[in-house]
Amino acid sequence: MSTLPADYLDYPLRRYGMDHERYEWSMLPQRLPVAWPGEARIALWIVPALEWFPLDMQGKPFKAPGAMQTAYPDFRHYTLRDYGNRVGIFRIMQALERHDLRASVAMNAAVAVRYPALLQACVQRGWEVIANGLDMDHLHHGGLAEEDERALIAQTLSILRQASGQPVTGWLSPAKSQSWNTPDLLREAGIEYACDWVNDDMPYAMNTRAGTLHAMPHPIDIDDSTILVQNHHTEDDFRDQLIDQFDLLYREARPGNGRVMAISLHPWVIGQPYRIRALEEALAHIVRHPGVWSATGGEILQAWKAQQPA
Amino acid sequence: MKRDPGFYDYLPYEGRPQIRWPGGARVAFWVAPNVEFYELNPPRNPARAAWARPVPDVQNYSYRDYGNRVGFWRMLETMQRCNVRGSVSLNVAMCEHHPEVIAACADNGWEFYSHGTYNTRYLMGMDEAQERAVIQDSIDTIRKHTGQKLDGWLAPALTYTDRTMDLVAEMGLSYVCDLFHDDQPSPVKTRTGRLASIPYSLEMNDTIVYNVNQVSPRRYGDILKRQFDQLYREGEHSGTVMCIPLHPYLIGQPYRLAAFEEALRYITGHDKVWLATGREIAQHYNEHYYDAFAQAGQTIGEAP
Repeated sequence: MSTLPADYLDYPLRRYGMDHERYEWSMLPQRLPVAWPGEARIALWIVPALEWFPLDMQGKPFKAPGAMQTAYPDFRHYTLRDYGNRVGIFRIMQALERHDLRASVAMNAAVAVRYPALLQACVQRGWEVIANGLDMDHLHHGGLAEEDERALIAQTLSILRQASGQPVTGWLSPAKSQSWNTPDLLREAGIEYACDWVNDDMPYAMNTRAGTLHAMPHPIDIDDSTILVQNHHTEDDFRDQLIDQFDLLYREARPGNGRVMAISLHPWVIGQPYRIRALEEALAHIVRHPGVWSATGGEILQAWKAQQPA
Repeated sequence: MKRDPGFYDYLPYEGRPQIRWPGGARVAFWVAPNVEFYELNPPRNPARAAWARPVPDVQNYSYRDYGNRVGFWRMLETMQRCNVRGSVSLNVAMCEHHPEVIAACADNGWEFYSHGTYNTRYLMGMDEAQERAVIQDSIDTIRKHTGQKLDGWLAPALTYTDRTMDLVAEMGLSYVCDLFHDDQPSPVKTRTGRLASIPYSLEMNDTIVYNVNQVSPRRYGDILKRQFDQLYREGEHSGTVMCIPLHPYLIGQPYRLAAFEEALRYITGHDKVWLATGREIAQHYNEHYYDAFAQAGQTIGEAP
């Protein structure tokens, strides 16, 4: 006897394209070519995340990667995450400055409130501020009421826009978690791009009830936390994977048809003394190549949008 | 529930009938890309949740979607450069959702076999009529969109009932990829039909290697070469099978392709390798060795 719901073999969305309306089906090799400024092949987009994990995390509806792990009070994980905001991020800043590279920093609004000097250190370097939600214990998810999520987004953006003096048009959800409404609410709040969907290596357009929201490529694979903490690879392995990522994208790109290489970083991971050299060596490899454009997410999106058909 | 699936007799690796592959090859080598569609909001199966996070699990959904939008096309080019055909483990709803992917496979002479309808619809809990409907859907959809007869089976997301093997054999399929007990094909005992288990491999599967064992891409290349070297040595005595099961969302990530291509070039650079499809291996085995292997099998003792 079947133990399945009666509709288990019904396929109402079995049709051409996607099984939802959020974006159109599209194959990377068939896209229009996009030329980056200065005939660059690679738009290099470095995205450190500045996160605050509250000591009394509820972990609802799941724990964000990096969450507290022991019974309360988990001082060891709380302080290790905070290490990134006190020390690790400044090692990343130095590594980038050596090569005149800029970044887009994905910041919890709570970090801007708690550590105003850290926000200023980012802004003074010409970094773009991307909203990374309120904190790592306020996840956007399917069980969140729409009005509550709207208020959460408004609070987050209000804090970050006021503190940074920037329009703040980029968004990364904590743990890349969204509700069914998140893209609609983000667009209504003036967000132009979000980094949660990991299905592409280039920007693309998403449909929302308030118009077009863009998805920016922000992979979970090439990420210091995935490779070093989750996979337990060595620092040299991480460097080599960044280099292999760059080399393939560089080969695939042409001066009139660029690619984006996004590097997601967590200062509490890569900012440890024994690890930072892996990033420095990978960046040295990348900048040795002609045609690398160090850009913010907003700049990459503007260049991309300017070349799309009306 | 059974204590033993009852699919095969015991047949030790030493003293078996010798397998000779076409052209005197030592290894029948095949590559099996899993071309999959995962649904954003599938109906719930009580035996298994489709997603790790509450819906919409945009991170995990979009991670899989990367395979069709981006990764597949890089994997295809890499295989073309190495003259390797694929045997596609296909969620057949891909024929409707993304026919461009199906056309690209067909244009390169690839085989299609079934990996169920969607990778988010599981066989556990189905009654016989439902399970037959799923298999018939695969037979009909692959015939309609590719003109190919369906010969092979890898259950969707490796989910089963006790009758899955009997049904695929009865409905005319000739091989399954679901059993991991051997490096050579074996007869599968079913109520009717003539069904072979063709070695597929979890150890070489990029999902297991990357998402479970969490190794680096260069290490994966090394694993593939080591696996091949040993099977090539043993294949001098009796033919072996090596499969590389792939998932475009994993192997198609930029930083993973160079090491994979190097391993593929290494393997295809040997002269006694049969670059085959699953169907070709199953046909050769079922015609020449199925009966001898079935006869050589030893009855398995009753466990206390």
